[in-house]
Amino acid sequence: MSIAIDAHELTRRFGSFTAVDRISVQVAQGEVFGFLGANGAGKTTAIKMLIGLLAPTAGTARVAGHDVATEADEVRRRIGYMSQRFSLYDDLTARENITLYGGIYGLRDAEIRARGDRLLGELGLADVADVLVGTLPLGWKQKLAFSVAMLHEPAIVFLDEPTGGVDPVTRRQFWEMIYAAAARGTTVFVTTHYMDEAEYCDRLSIMVDGRIAAMGTPKALKAEFGAPTLDEVFVRLARPAAAAGG
Amino acid sequence: MTTAPAPSPVVVRGLGKSFGETVALDDVTLEVRAGELFGLVGPDGGGKTTLFRVLTTLLVPDRGSATVLGRDAATDLWEIRARVGYMPGRFSLYPDLSVEENLRFFASVFGTTLERGYELIAPIYRQIEPFKDRRAGQLSGGMKQKLALSCALVHRPELLLLDEPTTGVDAVSRREFWDLLDALQAGGLTIVVSTPYMDEADRCGRVALMQRGRVLAIDEPGAIGARFPRPLHAVHGTPRHALIQALRAFPHAASVQPFGDVLHYSDARPAVAPAALEDELRAWLAPRGIGEFAMEPIAPGIEDAFMELMGSSAGSAP
Repeated sequence: MSIAIDAHELTRRFGSFTAVDRISVQVAQGEVFGFLGANGAGKTTAIKMLIGLLAPTAGTARVAGHDVATEADEVRRRIGYMSQRFSLYDDLTARENITLYGGIYGLRDAEIRARGDRLLGELGLADVADVLVGTLPLGWKQKLAFSVAMLHEPAIVFLDEPTGGVDPVTRRQFWEMIYAAAARGTTVFVTTHYMDEAEYCDRLSIMVDGRIAAMGTPKALKAEFGAPTLDEVFVRLARPAAAAGG
Repeated sequence: MTTAPAPSPVVVRGLGKSFGETVALDDVTLEVRAGELFGLVGPDGGGKTTLFRVLTTLLVPDRGSATVLGRDAATDLWEIRARVGYMPGRFSLYPDLSVEENLRFFASVFGTTLERGYELIAPIYRQIEPFKDRRAGQLSGGMKQKLALSCALVHRPELLLLDEPTTGVDAVSRREFWDLLDALQAGGLTIVVSTPYMDEADRCGRVALMQRGRVLAIDEPGAIGARFPRPLHAVHGTPRHALIQALRAFPHAASVQPFGDVLHYSDARPAVAPAALEDELRAWLAPRGIGEFAMEPIAPGIEDAFMELMGSSAGSAP
């Protein structure tokens, strides 16, 4: 099985503060990997390095076969990214967003049209293709944003809290899209604060204070900590950090 | 203190509000009792924020009435604002002011001082007091949240309104925040809090489930779970995705939903015995590649009920 993400001792310091402290992680192609951690644990900084937006202070990471520090353009061409904070343009329609991102990703017009139509059909959004995205319910928007992030058929997609605030039915539909993408061979690297969603990952890591404090399958982590739920595992690992003001 | 029931701090009747074609509140009626920890539970777009904006006099409804602490939210804005503490969903403090300056500012706006409000906020403020000279914009998420709560409480309000205080907050900090709310409620404060997290509903005395501007149900969390109309079973098996597909294809399946490491299954037939159902499902799943399989009856929770209510109300997702 090929390795989609291979980070070795990846580190990022801001002045005297070490946001990400020598993390090493390997994610296989087609794997659904959950990247968990308390607020302020360093998840976002780590993701920024993995998608080539922030240079590591030390350590290395290869993503989709390319070095994030020296070949950031190559990395960005092979990945998709969506977050709750930045995904789509509210002032454009669904179709316009697809056209815009298709252009950014360098797809040809005919490709954009064909993939766009297929996408809107699959999402059940064909009827609202020409409605401003800002007026769509959040759950629809997030599904559309995921599809747009997948438009150029990236090898790896990074999802930063994709289901925050989304209703429980749509949240589950979103995870079916994740499974479908993984089944087609896409690697999914996802953060979430919903502990039930952590259970849906093949493997996951839990970051505490910039370091990876635990990593494994959901089952293995529960066994390792003798905890009935992942929530319990998470609380045990993260509570010391949270008590210190995190 | 009297023994007569105190008047309800929040009484909402037939509230409606639209923004253009978007119906934000659709005939919302609810009542929050004195001393209650009341939850507004639902996804984004449910109408929770609009309801808070009406209750805090920031928005005048199109229809219906909202009475807050005995006053009309549409007309008595100054009196209501002085007696209500409000923590909006977006971080709304001054990032360039220090922690302490923010608190002093909010105290002065309400004609009081940090010292006079200190006792009420102390359990929360003490956790961030070591950072009182730090600019609010440079606090971590958890600390910002505690500062915002302190600012909402510094004028000793009679009613605390919290709009999604835990959205985007990790599981540990969420728990700790709810512990704080328990302590405030124990001190006699009435609290209305909104959340998109179904599991947080269980920490409220009563909740209103909201979806697309409408109230789907109001009750104690356990009682809402009990509204789920069919016996519910937790199903364990692998591989998990194949199990979901196979159960959905079972001719008598009424609902199949993943819940963490199990699936929740309910059967469309009204009186099928659990043992018979298990045998039937085993026979159905075995040829479909499900090696491991086990099931047991479970009590439906609020998330089961919510999804069921969503499905039976008009606006479920495509």
